[in-house]
Amino acid sequence: MKKKMLSLVLAGAMTAAMLTGCGSDAGTETSDAGTETSDAGAETSEAATEDTTEESADTAEAAQSSGGTFKIGGIGPLTGGAAVYGIAAMNGSQIAVDEINAAGGINGMTVELNFQDDELDAEKSINAYNALKDWGAQVLDGCVTSACSIAVSAKTAEDQMFQLTPSGSAVECVANDNAFRICFSDPNQGAASAQYIGENGLASKVAVIYDSSDVYSSGIYEKFAAEAANQSFEIVSAGAFTADNKTDFSVQLQQAKDAGAELVFLPIYYTEASLILTQAADMGFDVTFFGCDGLDGILNVENFDTSLAEGVMLLTPFAADATDDLTVKFVTTYNEKYGETPNQFAADGYDVIYTIKAAAEKAGITADMSTEEICAALSQAMTEISVDGLTGEGITWDASGEPTKAPKAVVIKDGVYTAM
Amino acid sequence: MSFIAHLINGISLGSVYALIALGYTMVYGIAKMLNFAHGDVIMIGGYVVFVTVSGMGLNPLLSIIISMAACTVLGVTIERVAYRPLRGASPLAVLITAIGVSYFLQNVALLVFGSDTKAFTNVVTLPNLELFDGQLVIKSVTIVTVIVSIIIMVGLSLFVKKTKIGRAMTAVSEDQGAAQLMGINVNGTIAVTFAIGSSLAAVAGVLLCSAYPSLTPYTGSMPGIKAFVAAVFGGIGSIPGAFIGGILLGVIENLSKAYISSQLADAIVFSILIIVLLVKPTGLLGKKIQEKV
Amino acid sequence: MKKLSKTTKNNLITYGMVILAYIIVQLLVSTGHVSSLVQGLLVPFCTYVIVAVALNLTVGILGELSLGHAGFMCVGAFSSAVFSLAFKEALPSGLRFFLALLIGAAAAALIGFLVGIPVLRLKGDYLAIVTLAFGEIIKNIINALYLGVDSNGLHFTMKDALSLNMEEDGMVLIKGAQGVTGTPNDSNFTIGVILILVTLFIVLNFINSRTGRAVMSIRDNRIAAESVGINVTKYKLIAFTVSASLAGVAGVLYAHNLSTLNALPKNFGYNMSIMILVFVVLGGIGNIRGSIIAAVLLTLLPEVLRGLSDYRMLIYSIVLIAMMIFNWSPNAIFFRKRLGQRFVGSKRAKKEA
Repeated sequence: MKKKMLSLVLAGAMTAAMLTGCGSDAGTETSDAGTETSDAGAETSEAATEDTTEESADTAEAAQSSGGTFKIGGIGPLTGGAAVYGIAAMNGSQIAVDEINAAGGINGMTVELNFQDDELDAEKSINAYNALKDWGAQVLDGCVTSACSIAVSAKTAEDQMFQLTPSGSAVECVANDNAFRICFSDPNQGAASAQYIGENGLASKVAVIYDSSDVYSSGIYEKFAAEAANQSFEIVSAGAFTADNKTDFSVQLQQAKDAGAELVFLPIYYTEASLILTQAADMGFDVTFFGCDGLDGILNVENFDTSLAEGVMLLTPFAADATDDLTVKFVTTYNEKYGETPNQFAADGYDVIYTIKAAAEKAGITADMSTEEICAALSQAMTEISVDGLTGEGITWDASGEPTKAPKAVVIKDGVYTAM
Repeated sequence: MSFIAHLINGISLGSVYALIALGYTMVYGIAKMLNFAHGDVIMIGGYVVFVTVSGMGLNPLLSIIISMAACTVLGVTIERVAYRPLRGASPLAVLITAIGVSYFLQNVALLVFGSDTKAFTNVVTLPNLELFDGQLVIKSVTIVTVIVSIIIMVGLSLFVKKTKIGRAMTAVSEDQGAAQLMGINVNGTIAVTFAIGSSLAAVAGVLLCSAYPSLTPYTGSMPGIKAFVAAVFGGIGSIPGAFIGGILLGVIENLSKAYISSQLADAIVFSILIIVLLVKPTGLLGKKIQEKV
Repeated sequence: MKKLSKTTKNNLITYGMVILAYIIVQLLVSTGHVSSLVQGLLVPFCTYVIVAVALNLTVGILGELSLGHAGFMCVGAFSSAVFSLAFKEALPSGLRFFLALLIGAAAAALIGFLVGIPVLRLKGDYLAIVTLAFGEIIKNIINALYLGVDSNGLHFTMKDALSLNMEEDGMVLIKGAQGVTGTPNDSNFTIGVILILVTLFIVLNFINSRTGRAVMSIRDNRIAAESVGINVTKYKLIAFTVSASLAGVAGVLYAHNLSTLNALPKNFGYNMSIMILVFVVLGGIGNIRGSIIAAVLLTLLPEVLRGLSDYRMLIYSIVLIAMMIFNWSPNAIFFRKRLGQRFVGSKRAKKEA
């Protein structure tokens, strides 16, 4: 009897819990959003120096009264193995938001950014997106990774929310009319790399080491291999690795060495590339390494022996060592605020916000417009604007969502990126 | 020649697995629990050395000792706070708690050290061994790792067999209740086991990061799982088994990457593990337990 | 009321709980009281409830530890997603999803059966590690698999999309690591709840059937069960296969809720298998109702914690440890019992008064 009673009580408690759980969720969500906003506010005031704080607070207040707020939602991996990319994009976006707010906002509206974690999981990215919808996001800055971006873009298309992904590079990321991107697409990079190597006669025997479990890496490799057939070099070895197997590259390097490769193409991220360079040096394998935008950031790996990266060539839209005013200012601010040198993801995140600003100003977005109206207006405006960002000058978009900008080929010389 | 190179690289990878597996097997053998957080203690050990060597400029040897001390304290604390309350509960409950601890350590490291990769300074500064005019290179860190693993393996075996605490450990592993009746302090013995296991984790962390010099909050998790597989491979609970299992796993992994498929290396390694376990259900050197009615 | 046996009553409570929860949620949704976040979580809730119940069949009833259930989910997800994608235009969505469901369940059952034959000979932690290994193998193979269809039929390769050698009219279904993109969005909450009820019906009836009792007798004492003539291997395999196929059903639901499907360590790796095990252990090993509640609560928890931003996963891990200790620690159980007795005792005293 006692047991029965207990189970009944438990079941009752359970339904009650579910009830209250569902009922009160809307409530907690709003209060969550509240803390989020105040968080962002606190960060702004912390980072800015004393006098600018007052100023920005003043302008923010002024903006508040004149134009309301413009809510930008962001999604990316903030925990888990890919956190480094998501956090960089978030920080870059935050800097842009702070700058814009200090300068009076977008069309008089104060910009708010709420960046949510997706743990590199498509399902979680949908949750993050829904949480942002509850918060009242009007446009989306995300997702940082391709698979999540594709999953979320199905939902943004349904809801007609404007989506601009900083670094979702797979083709399908921008398949819908409301989705655009800042970075290059994977096929674009793969083909461009093969052409660059071929046209400049960098090598006749090329080895590739790529991450077969990663959408970005395998996507570039595929197009690289296809384009290589039209070029003057041959691919002598293609060594794959997987996300579960990315510490030891001795086999792939040994194979490349045995095949007599003169150049190793690395369509991967710099975290693994730094290991590859170290291990290649250890085994006395001296070749040219060539990479894509994922390699950017390799010089900033804390404590990394940059002499190992000497002579590495990469096609990248962003280099933290560039001397133009915009980059210098961004890198300085980022360093002050987060104590790190920004990588390409941070630059992409920064450009997202400024692109949204440019498009919003072109389209004359105001705070009282609905999400659907904003989406339609921004999608239209995107094809008409040209943005000078960190990742390219005069970037333009066509209706397909692809950006048009020139990749820069750089080589690492004396520990800095030098244009080729 | 390239076969020998692949073999040596496999041993190099395997020696790291072996070192981690020794810690796993030690804790499993005595406390009868799968400490999934072991890989993350390794990661913390790596960060301690990183901070003390690269940040404060301490002597590497001194920093390793600091790291061992820090990990020992960490291991004992984890045992006291998270595992001891569950003594006597289902082993599954302890397993899940260990996973909770693993998430906890990863997220603490993420908050404290940030998500970006740190390049670890190799603490083994000896020159690499070059054979046949530099055609074959054996990294000094590999040699050190193998030697350290052997020393630890022999040391642990002697410790467990010869010392009083070691024999207490064996008693606890055989039967906790009976050991208690015989006047052995079960909680104390298990705490000592964790202390030893965790200080080994610090050593493993340093050598793992020296061999593969990249450090993130998730550095420990995959080698941790692989080492766990290695420990099972060799017969979990068996100290020499962990060493042999680790080396074999590394060699198999590298050779299958080299000669079969680098994409399917994990699938091949795991398939071999399954076959071994089907032939020898308690691993290569595991003890066969007689089932009683 | 008196005629119903205790187990039947207990089972009815479980069904009732699910149906009640469904009605309440539907009411709240129709009156607009549910946030988008929770609405988006409804299908994942169903997915994890089903897979948790499925795993509980293995862990609680069969008494064997499986760390590979995410692998079976993965098989169900990919086989059904490929089917739905290939017949996206050809079949109406209802029929297509029903067939996809059967295919997913059958594929997972087949793999479960094949895995079960060798694996179930092992015991305890060794069995756990081998199931983990199988899960990883499945994930690894799917990540390297390319599958396409054109006018000449199916093509597959383990190398890359180019080696599929397809005609112009071909369509790539599985693109290695890029997985399956464009699966029709056929899952919804109602289907999910129906599947939960079906799962419960299968599992609860299984437990109370002759087969289920045989399985439980093996769990409690294998040698004794063998000595009374129970075919241990057969019954173990039956339970394991049923469990795998239900995990496949959860995979089907998962795949048709997202427009993209990748076999990442996060969703189909050992981490996921362990998460499912967490649901089962937290809800109580062998306690089906507990699995349902734990799956819902633990799926909801990290989402509710979103407001904590950076500290989210940290708090989650602490809550997980605390819940485990509270639920399982011998001291905590003693404490709870005493508290419960006092509570029930005082109630009874009131009744008498």
